[in-house]
Amino acid sequence: MILEYILFAILGLVAVVTSVAMITRPSPVMSAIFLVLNFFALAGLYLLLNAQFIAVVQVIVYAGAIMVLFLFVLMLLNTDSEHAILKEKRKLKFIGIFIAVLVFIQIGYIVFYSAPSDSVTKEIAESINAGKIETIGTELYTTYVLPFLASGFLLLGATIGAIVLAMKKFE
Amino acid sequence: MNTIPMEYYLLISAFMFSVGVTGVLIRRNAIVVFMCIELMLNSANLALVTFSSFLGDPAGQVFVFFVMTVAAAEAAVGLAIIIAIFRNKLTVNIDEINIFKW
Repeated sequence: MILEYILFAILGLVAVVTSVAMITRPSPVMSAIFLVLNFFALAGLYLLLNAQFIAVVQVIVYAGAIMVLFLFVLMLLNTDSEHAILKEKRKLKFIGIFIAVLVFIQIGYIVFYSAPSDSVTKEIAESINAGKIETIGTELYTTYVLPFLASGFLLLGATIGAIVLAMKKFE
Repeated sequence: MNTIPMEYYLLISAFMFSVGVTGVLIRRNAIVVFMCIELMLNSANLALVTFSSFLGDPAGQVFVFFVMTVAAAEAAVGLAIIIAIFRNKLTVNIDEINIFKW
């Protein structure tokens, strides 16, 4: 009980701090590293929510595959660091931050105003059952079999598209 | 059920989403902007998993699985587009990629 709160506090803090650090670091490589840390913190939060399968997939697919792709592209392009994130075009960027704060206030207001906790089930067994790979696999291959097949075609199309776009033209 | 209230998870998700919005609006490096979009997708995933877990319904987690598939496809195609832009203009600074601006 108390351990759950401690774990939630640590993981939530790591998620919040790394996300802020990610957009304030001038070097894109540091941003990528902080994003990986953020993904690990999120995987921990998924475990606290009894979603084991999603936590594992988060680490393998996001932290493992997608971020390695990002780091490879960063290495290929060798881009400069942005040392003056808030120095140039100050006015436009402060408007940007203001818009983001408005978005946060809006979502926070909805979360507290609609009081979602009032309508949830109180059975922990159902929550654990929902996160099992068996349950998710059964749902995926019965109710959601057509979207599942469509996502296979989507990945095939994305692979072909990426190869065509990134291919060097030989003359 | 979980002892931690649902609102805390949703607030972390909301905060990460707004940080992603800030990053998209203030950063000028196209790859970092792209990473901020991934951050926003992840915050939406956290909200989906929270609702799924608190309602005891696996549908939310199936949706997270699909979001991850789409994110992987999007990352592959998007990074290929960034490489193609870099090959043509030798920069990924989005202030200098302005042919559609008038």
